[in-house]
Amino acid sequence: MKYLDEFRDGDLAKNIARDIRQTVTRKWSLMEVCGGQTHSIVRNGIDQLLDGAVEMIHGPGCPVCVTPLELIDKALAIASQPGVIFCSFGDMLRVPGSKVDLFRVKADGGDIRVVYSPLDALQIARQNPEREVVFFGIGFETTAPANAMAVHQAKLQGIRNFSMLVSHVLVPPAIEAILNSPKCRVQAFLAAGHVCSVMGYWQYYPLVERYRVPIVITGFEPLDLLEGIRRTVHLLEAGTPQVENAYERAVCFEGNQPAQKLLSEVFEVADRAWRGIGVIPKSGWRLSEPYRDFDAELRFDVAGITAEESPLCHSGEVLQGNLKPNECPSFGTACTPRKPLGATMVSSEGACAAYYNYGRFVALESIH
Amino acid sequence: MSSFAPPDLSQWSCPLPLRDYPTIVMGHGGGGKLSAELIEHIFVPAFRNSALEVMADSSVLPPPAGRIAFSTDTYVVQPLFFPGGSIADLAVNGTVNDLAMSGATPLYLSAGFILEEGFPIAQLAAIAERMGAAARAAGVQIVTGDTKVVDKGHGDGCYINTAGIGVIADGIHIDPTRAQPGDVVILSGTIGDHGMAIMSVREGLEFETILKSDSAPLNGMVASLIQFAPNIHVLRDPTRGGLATSLNEIAAQSGVGIMIEERSLPILPDVQSACDLLGMDPIYVPNEGKLVAIVDPRSANDVLRVMQKSQYGSRAAIIGTVTEKHAGMLAARTAIGGTRIIPLQIGEQIPRIC
Repeated sequence: MKYLDEFRDGDLAKNIARDIRQTVTRKWSLMEVCGGQTHSIVRNGIDQLLDGAVEMIHGPGCPVCVTPLELIDKALAIASQPGVIFCSFGDMLRVPGSKVDLFRVKADGGDIRVVYSPLDALQIARQNPEREVVFFGIGFETTAPANAMAVHQAKLQGIRNFSMLVSHVLVPPAIEAILNSPKCRVQAFLAAGHVCSVMGYWQYYPLVERYRVPIVITGFEPLDLLEGIRRTVHLLEAGTPQVENAYERAVCFEGNQPAQKLLSEVFEVADRAWRGIGVIPKSGWRLSEPYRDFDAELRFDVAGITAEESPLCHSGEVLQGNLKPNECPSFGTACTPRKPLGATMVSSEGACAAYYNYGRFVALESIH
Repeated sequence: MSSFAPPDLSQWSCPLPLRDYPTIVMGHGGGGKLSAELIEHIFVPAFRNSALEVMADSSVLPPPAGRIAFSTDTYVVQPLFFPGGSIADLAVNGTVNDLAMSGATPLYLSAGFILEEGFPIAQLAAIAERMGAAARAAGVQIVTGDTKVVDKGHGDGCYINTAGIGVIADGIHIDPTRAQPGDVVILSGTIGDHGMAIMSVREGLEFETILKSDSAPLNGMVASLIQFAPNIHVLRDPTRGGLATSLNEIAAQSGVGIMIEERSLPILPDVQSACDLLGMDPIYVPNEGKLVAIVDPRSANDVLRVMQKSQYGSRAAIIGTVTEKHAGMLAARTAIGGTRIIPLQIGEQIPRIC
């Protein structure tokens, strides 16, 4: 615990926050890419420590939030089939599809199981050879190695009743899409530390070169985030856009190379639809040709399912930083965590849910 | 890695042979000889008390002086045995604690069992024995009961309902509407122990040490508090939904705001690590042997001292205050000095993806 407490030290946090406040000459707009970072910022009250010195824009890095409606509907269709054991990370269960969510399918008799690792799903497949076991393989580069390993082992061990519904997405193309948007207000990025622990940070140099924005690799504990923000602000003030690693205890330049090797074997880059944003070219992974037999979308013939998102949901604008969650007309009215219109209101990492839960209707000075 | 092993029941032998059935059959709920045998050989010896031994359709008890507190709860926990306790401990302590939170002295419990066909009788006996032991430890008597059997596949082994009666002495007024601005919030010990213990065995998660449930009867602590520390306004045992839910409910029912200091919350390092790993917040994780007291500031130190001296309160701490601001809401000052709202959860807390 001592190890974690060191990164939650209140006095140090105040010092860094003061440094940030004293450094800025204008209000910079920073985007933290990862949903885990959004969660930590709001949960720890980091935005309040900054006292308006910096605007934090919550990025599209919540895997639950960006998984497209269409894919949720495909998951629901597969999970409803008799004989299927559908395995998922817990927070996908409440994400609404076009009509229902996985909790509802479970209540109606679907065999849906929350697992903590895709390897647990593989174990379930081994134990139930007469059943089809499907794992909902979502997430960024962070969850991808474990998912790749599960498919790799399934092939190696000939576990034919295992398959994966894959919706992997990648951070650098998302950052590029945001920077290419004519409405882009983001002046610097806190890159997601755990993504970089897998992929390294060599991918960010071309982005910094081309778009002249600082990108600082940042962790998740309060002091990690404050340090990431501090370094970003110093780079912005100095007018020296570059890549910096503020999460050295977990991230190195080249990343986890055995993991990258496995990823390049099991997955191939593909265009991906992002919920609320649309298709971003080359922004995701699908199973590569040698592993295509394990693709649940093909095995269960759900490739034809399509879906339309609610016109009332502006989560795409929120995910790109063009709209604050509470600026959405549906926020807190048509859309609440209890009846979410979009996934950003579902996941505790989602920007809208984070706003609703932690920042909701609160005149902050009233609770100081 | 250490792991938890459920109790070894292979050595159990019935004091009097229960016919030829090592497992529950439909007939055990039929009200005939098999039912009578279960009562005679399992429940009566385990719960032993004079009111039960009369074996009438209802227990006849003398009326206590004071007001009556009455509560019921149903227990469906899986697994039935877990580190630090069992369904039996929860069934007794849970209802005892619910009574105690009104300031009552718990006296009598009922025990209703719903058993699934095929449930091992040895396990039922182990559960009954533990319920008897828990009742003796809490100073209550299990004076009436019932058993029903459901078809195989229609239950989860064993469900238990307990109801309890307690008595509240004159002059004691403890209820969740009485929190007042200026009151102090005191927690009797570490949070999240029970929920994370259950989760670690249920999901097969292994940590370096075994996380243990905190299941415990709190009526002794409450009796001491009432005796030595007056001006207790509210008592709550933060079970389902954890401390966050209890404090939110109190804030809503009393029409006040509650502000807690996250740094003051006692949390075992292993529980905190397990929560961090799973993306869960210990403030929402269930407890089965803790209480939160909201007291007049003049009594705060007395309450804290009494709690810390009692068997289950050694890590008691002052964790916050009641305020006029943000009425109906629970807020926290975070470890790094920010503030956040701690809302009610929609349903169960679910682990986050990363």
